[in-house]
Amino acid sequence: MISRGTRRRLFLERRTYRRNRLQDAARLVPVFGALLFFGPVIILTSQSTAGAETSVWAVYFFTVWAGLIVLSAVLSRALSRIADGENEEKTQPASKSGPSAGGR
Amino acid sequence: MLSFDGLVAVCVFYVAGLFAVAFLAEKRAAEGKARWLSSPITYTLSLSIYTTAWTFYGAVGSAARSGLEYLTIYLGPTLIFIGWFWILRKMVRIGRAQRVTSIADMISSRYGKSGPLAALVTVLMVIGATPYIALQLQSVALSFAVFAEPGPRASLNSDVIAVWVAGGLALFTIVFGTRSLDMNERHPGLVSAIAVEAIVKLLALLAVGIFVVWGLGDGAGDILARIEASPMSGWSSNGARWVGLTMLSGAAILCLPRMFQVLVVENSDERHLATASWAFPLYMLLISLFVLPIAVVGLELMPEGSNPDLFVLTLPLTLGQDGLALLALLGGFSAATSMVIVAALALSTMVSNHIIMPIWLSATRHENPMSGDMRQVALFARRLSILGIMALGLIYFRLSGGSEALAAMGLIAFLGVAQVLPALLGGIFWRGATKAGAATGIAVGFAIWAWVLLLPNAHVSGWLQEALNEGFLGLAWLRPASPLGIDGTDPLLTAMVLSLGLNVVFFILVSLLTFPSPLERLQGAQFVNVYDHTEMPLGWKGSTGTADDLLIMARRVLGAGPAARLFQTAARAQGRETGLPEPKPDFIEHLERELAGSVGAATAHAMVGQITGGANVSVKDLLAVADETAQIMEYSNKLEAKSAELVQTAARLREANQKLTELSVQKDAFLSQISHELRTPMTSIRAFSEILMQDGAVDEEALARFSRIIHDESRRLTRLLDDLLDLSVLEDGRVTLNETNALLSEVLDRSIDATSALQDSARLTIHRNPETEQVALVTDVDRLSQVFINLISNAQKYCEAEPPELSITVLHLPGRVEVEFADNGAGIPVGQRAVIFEKFARLETGRAAQGAGLGLAISREIMLRLGGGLAYVPGQTGTAFRVRLPSMALRGAS
Repeated sequence: MISRGTRRRLFLERRTYRRNRLQDAARLVPVFGALLFFGPVIILTSQSTAGAETSVWAVYFFTVWAGLIVLSAVLSRALSRIADGENEEKTQPASKSGPSAGGR
Repeated sequence: MLSFDGLVAVCVFYVAGLFAVAFLAEKRAAEGKARWLSSPITYTLSLSIYTTAWTFYGAVGSAARSGLEYLTIYLGPTLIFIGWFWILRKMVRIGRAQRVTSIADMISSRYGKSGPLAALVTVLMVIGATPYIALQLQSVALSFAVFAEPGPRASLNSDVIAVWVAGGLALFTIVFGTRSLDMNERHPGLVSAIAVEAIVKLLALLAVGIFVVWGLGDGAGDILARIEASPMSGWSSNGARWVGLTMLSGAAILCLPRMFQVLVVENSDERHLATASWAFPLYMLLISLFVLPIAVVGLELMPEGSNPDLFVLTLPLTLGQDGLALLALLGGFSAATSMVIVAALALSTMVSNHIIMPIWLSATRHENPMSGDMRQVALFARRLSILGIMALGLIYFRLSGGSEALAAMGLIAFLGVAQVLPALLGGIFWRGATKAGAATGIAVGFAIWAWVLLLPNAHVSGWLQEALNEGFLGLAWLRPASPLGIDGTDPLLTAMVLSLGLNVVFFILVSLLTFPSPLERLQGAQFVNVYDHTEMPLGWKGSTGTADDLLIMARRVLGAGPAARLFQTAARAQGRETGLPEPKPDFIEHLERELAGSVGAATAHAMVGQITGGANVSVKDLLAVADETAQIMEYSNKLEAKSAELVQTAARLREANQKLTELSVQKDAFLSQISHELRTPMTSIRAFSEILMQDGAVDEEALARFSRIIHDESRRLTRLLDDLLDLSVLEDGRVTLNETNALLSEVLDRSIDATSALQDSARLTIHRNPETEQVALVTDVDRLSQVFINLISNAQKYCEAEPPELSITVLHLPGRVEVEFADNGAGIPVGQRAVIFEKFARLETGRAAQGAGLGLAISREIMLRLGGGLAYVPGQTGTAFRVRLPSMALRGAS
């Protein structure tokens, strides 16, 4: 029989792990974005001076851009939810979220 | 067609509306009701000052000229924002923890609160921002001129418009930006007005875009087709410029003073950044979505040679959409004004905190540093700075003649402010970055940027222009057109690689070669490890400043009320109900931080330092702050404590083990002694009884002798067993004492009588002094005499002197009576004195032993039970024992 305390800690550890992976993902989004923004331009425009059609490029960039925004929104919401959940777990709210954190 | 006067009226009305919004927001914020003000949406909207009039109007022009390149200005910041977890989060956290007031404050604070470094960054920022402000004024003037053209005021000088706009903006900034020296350096009124403007400019651009795509065009597909048919269908940008511009704009959004102001300083909640991380890129996407369609349709519909920078305005105007044109004008106006307001605010904070205040402080150094109201001086300095910055922008605008060359200044300014990026990023990620490295890097990058890019674009004349043409001092490799002989096709890219590259190289090299001051190292640890300890740093050694001086100084900066409250709280925290707090390090640290919120870290540090007399950080403080060191120390302390505990436990265990071993040895010895003692009489008894059992072999005389031996031996056995029993009873404490009244002399008489029956008694002469023996006792007389008998018989048995003598002396000592038994024998050798009270201890003497060696052990046990003691007296000629009579027993004694 697992005691209540042990179960609780396991649960929290699992969530901490999830949060850490989410943070990894959040850190990787800009890398991913840079690859999509830079890669095709470097590869394609170096071949010919004409490059491709502006309209095609425009559609491509705006699609990638919108995709990154959606991805980022999903990740940041998930991160905030976990952070809020952790704040509620603790008896006192985390100091990082108070508007008067600067002075004490 | 809208009249020019009507247009001005609308703009004035709009500005009045902004004032009203700002006033309302300030009022609500002061009442603590403005929840919407501190919402992530407001925060995100306030970030929109990134999109200035340059992008509002200029993006369309840029798209018309060079296709998709305008996107880089938004893609860079997008990457930075969706990567908020890398840099922005840390910057905001540090900004809040250190109460940073500007980008210059951030950098100077990181590098040991250095004043000169802050001044350097401030100068760089002002130089970088001035053309930018001029650009905004120009755009407003141009857009008004568009409306003015057909009207009666066509001759209206655009300079006049610019002056009016600059004046109005300065007024707005002064009213809402320097109303008070807010300790948090936040401006709710200003931020809310900016948020409103952000909505206006977005709506304006979206409205024009929708009008173009669905009004003029036939939906998205049609517009894409038109793009392919237009001159901009082929995209000729190269990868290097694309990547370079994207990175440059990403760097700029981190370094621009106005962006720092809204991103870090005006941030009221760190969680807002999580929302802004996607919401702000979304805002930029919406802003840039219709840029390309407007450019394409503008190129199609507008007459040849019209300025594409103004398509947003001229397109609806030409097509008779006055309302839309007005909205576009307001949008552009919003974009320009919000940028100028925040830039002026941010720059004025920097100029006043890092240039004017230090100069004022050093100028008034010889006066009483406690006199005057610093608060008023600081506010005045800010207002003066705002006016000065506006004036600079205006002057630049007039000098450059409102030429189109200004448009090129946007990217040039970006590169200028980006020179602080290495110091900024190095400062928050690398603890090895030093002040010297940062200053060298910034200075080198700044110089290259100014020489290669800024001056050639600034329309200078005279010897400077000559130097630019011929190279500095006539050196060809110093010609801006081909710096270091590099003849790059793209001057911006060349300058960027050169200035930022050498900036980074010098920053790192000098950092590696120099040694940081203690304060730098302290701040470095605070910045780089900001997540580990967002708590207060320990920065101050015990100070000599008095609380009075500090209070007077704080009053000058914070105002009387807040200063008094601050000191009261601190005093109460130190446990003082009245009076001033002690100037302890933590209080001074706290005070300095509060002051830094108003005048910047470097100035606050200098001011507090003036009073406390030193900015030294002790090694101990450094250790305590450098978190990992503290953690390691704590860990090692714990380890030390634990190992000490272990050592103690081990010692105790070893002791216990030794005791057990000793006890076991003692037990073995005791058992073997006992068996030996029992065996000797038993052997002789058995031997003689066997002889007696043989009939006829024994005659009468032998029979009597043998019987006596057997009798003696059995008595000895009995005595031994009695002694053992006695000892065990005594040791267990199970003995019952039978207390009676007696005189000491009587007990001694009895004891001597008892021993006189023994074998050797005749030989021993006993000396006594009866007068001193008259001591009344209440004790177990039998037991006491047992002790005396033992001592006397020992003297009889072991005294080797001829003739043996024993003197019994009663000593009346203060509080106790002792009886000394001293013979004239050889005494006990030093080495054996320790064991004489042990069981079965018999001394190696020439004489045959008769007892079992339990006598002294029993005697001592008895004396302990009676409440007295028995001890050997060293230092006598013969053997001497002293019996201390129990004090309880001395009832009625003399």
